[in-house]
Amino acid sequence: MMVEHFPRKNPLLRTQTPLLPPAARSRAAHLLTAAACAGRFELPCCTTCNAFAWPIPEACPKCMGEIALRKAPQGGELLSATVAEVPADPYFRERAPWRVGLVKLDCGPIAVTHLGPLKEPGARVNVTLMLDRAGQAVLHAGPQKGGAMQDDPQWQDMVANPRGRRILITDARHFCAIPLTQALVKAGAAEVTLGLHDSWKPFEGRGALESLPCVKIESLDLGSDRSIQDMAAQIGGKIEILINTADVLRPGWLMSPRAPVEAKAVMEIVAFGLMRLARGFGPAMASRGADGARSAVAWVNLLSVFGRAHPPELAGYAAAHAAALALSHAVRAELATGGVRLMTVLTGPTEDEWFQAFPPPRVSADALAKAVLDGLMRGLEEVVVGDVARDLMARLEENPKAIERELAQGRMYGGAA
Amino acid sequence: MSAAPYTSVVLCCPVTVDYTRHSIRPAAWWVARALAGLAAAAGLSHRDFDGFSLASFTLGPDSAIGLTQQFGLSPRFLDFLPLGGVAGIVGLRRAARAVQAGDADAIACIGADTNGPHWFRHSLETFSRASQDAVYPYGSGGPNVSFALIARAWMAANGVRREDLARLAVDSRTNARANPNALMQKALTEEEYLAARPIAPPIHLFDCVMPCAGAEAFLVMREATAQALGLTFVRLAAAIERHNAFPDDPVMLRGGWVQDRDQLWSMAGVTPGAVDLVQTYDDYPFISAMQFQDLGLCGPGEVADYLRAHDFTHSGDRPHNTSGGQLSGGQAGCAGGHLGLVEAIRQLTGTAGARQVKGAKRALVSGFGMINFDRGLGSAAAMLEAA
Repeated sequence: MMVEHFPRKNPLLRTQTPLLPPAARSRAAHLLTAAACAGRFELPCCTTCNAFAWPIPEACPKCMGEIALRKAPQGGELLSATVAEVPADPYFRERAPWRVGLVKLDCGPIAVTHLGPLKEPGARVNVTLMLDRAGQAVLHAGPQKGGAMQDDPQWQDMVANPRGRRILITDARHFCAIPLTQALVKAGAAEVTLGLHDSWKPFEGRGALESLPCVKIESLDLGSDRSIQDMAAQIGGKIEILINTADVLRPGWLMSPRAPVEAKAVMEIVAFGLMRLARGFGPAMASRGADGARSAVAWVNLLSVFGRAHPPELAGYAAAHAAALALSHAVRAELATGGVRLMTVLTGPTEDEWFQAFPPPRVSADALAKAVLDGLMRGLEEVVVGDVARDLMARLEENPKAIERELAQGRMYGGAA
Repeated sequence: MSAAPYTSVVLCCPVTVDYTRHSIRPAAWWVARALAGLAAAAGLSHRDFDGFSLASFTLGPDSAIGLTQQFGLSPRFLDFLPLGGVAGIVGLRRAARAVQAGDADAIACIGADTNGPHWFRHSLETFSRASQDAVYPYGSGGPNVSFALIARAWMAANGVRREDLARLAVDSRTNARANPNALMQKALTEEEYLAARPIAPPIHLFDCVMPCAGAEAFLVMREATAQALGLTFVRLAAAIERHNAFPDDPVMLRGGWVQDRDQLWSMAGVTPGAVDLVQTYDDYPFISAMQFQDLGLCGPGEVADYLRAHDFTHSGDRPHNTSGGQLSGGQAGCAGGHLGLVEAIRQLTGTAGARQVKGAKRALVSGFGMINFDRGLGSAAAMLEAA
């Protein structure tokens, strides 16, 4: 495998303070945030006359109907284009020139967009709803056949491309650690460090991981403040993407004799471990959001969809993941000050051995690794992987009480655990 | 139904509070100076004005009503128009009908704004909900980027080149050099215009106005009132306004003037050849050119030839923005919409000094305002006649 070499930063240079693009939005505009976080292309549309509208209004300008988001075609035509050479806002000022387009969306409205490497009015464009570095939804108009995004600095400024970046995967023993590392290396990661807890225990994956270029395994115990502080002191300022894979999968009913001990063990790693990691690695990452070509870009938490919908047979486990999800909002808010994104990847039952008793479909390691890479490349904030997780999220969104009853009656995973 | 004529409505007492690039004074201070200027010009106390019409962006948290108490006014007509460059003529239309109907006798019409080193950027951040949600986060270029997108499409559609627009910028500067209050006094050549730093192509440095602090003001009253006070005045012959015209045009290739210009000319009872001078809203030269075409000063698609064929200086064959306009005078926020009216009153009363257009009898003034999202929303125009 070819290994690209990335120039080291001149240590004499000042690390730039991360700036953010303008983040103020109306409350209605945050409907778009939800769609952009998940990578859906949905635009404001009238629930009465079905006319799309932009920017999002409080009522349809054609018939005064109520507005909701609706899936829209992504095509458009470039009407006009310019380059902001002297932006008013400091974030754009230091990134100028910045391309801006005026696009007629195929669904009807006109929109001002970030613009890919296109110049000529009349060009067909592919429009994407994505998150900018402030974590707010914006429209990007790029070439119709996808390509060339690798070379579009405006696009790259918004996504979390692993290329050239130094990555920490917190738990090498996670069932998807090997394919995830392989995928990151293939995507051009400069270095991947994997944390290994209980390093005195045998670790079957060591050979496969250490055979990859630029990959190393270091001792890391998320249950130990000292362990995290030691690693953060060593490499905390050199991590641009952190992928927290740590998990302790212990299914069990609340009334089972093992429940209190196991719930505590899960909490210790999944919830408190996240807190320790955030305290250890968060500040350096947030401060390096604009550190030249290798700026810190993303923090990824692999969490369980059962943190959102809680089956009683996974009582403690679901509670720990719910706690981690709640905590991740705080982590996200602090990382956001530096423009660093927090992406949550939710899965249902995986092919991890601890889900052995759960019926298929279960998420494979390859599928999970692919979803993480896809989410980083698109700059997403919420990724739901696998049919079960998607099904649960859809049920939850539609009727939270119904899913609670369905899970309580064991209709989803009856007797699995 | 056609509008009733503006019977004996007049404008008088043109007042400009000298512009400064930045000011440590709030907008209310600039309003006060304008009120004092109007009172001095009219030979009245400012408390004698029974109408107060104010356009301002930077008055917050106040609006016009708070200033009545602060400055001791007791008006029976009160208007507040934070509408940008269309506010001058919109305010004039309302004031004209109020004095015509007897709802007020003397209305002080003022456009005033202050400006500090960070005011312009702050105003962009909060300019409108559409801008906040769907424009400012895209490169934060402010109006320069928004107008660049329009300019590129409009120039292509009309065959207008930068060389054609240079004429307006250069002539504006020539006019400004005969106006001591204009902030830009350095001569500008076509070469300098064309070689200027790109801001958001096709917008370059000399296409842009300089935000500043200042105020423009005039009085609206009935002719008999002006005569009783011994004031020189000009008559309001016609006026139009339109907001969010042609909402389905994909990009702004025309303004609302196109929709209402026939009414303007028929109400004024003249044809374009009878106009002695034109004051357009010149936030960019191409916007002035758009107004020439949309108001019917040239035929559709003829604007490029029109720009090439004429001299727009105060001594030229098409005197335009004779004070230097905003391009060379500075853009004092909402006062930019009053500037053309104030300059037209001066010209038609023969008080324009070194830049006086000889024998000026009729002036066409237009206003344009509020790039809420992708286009300017307000368009207005007024015809003024010497008494």
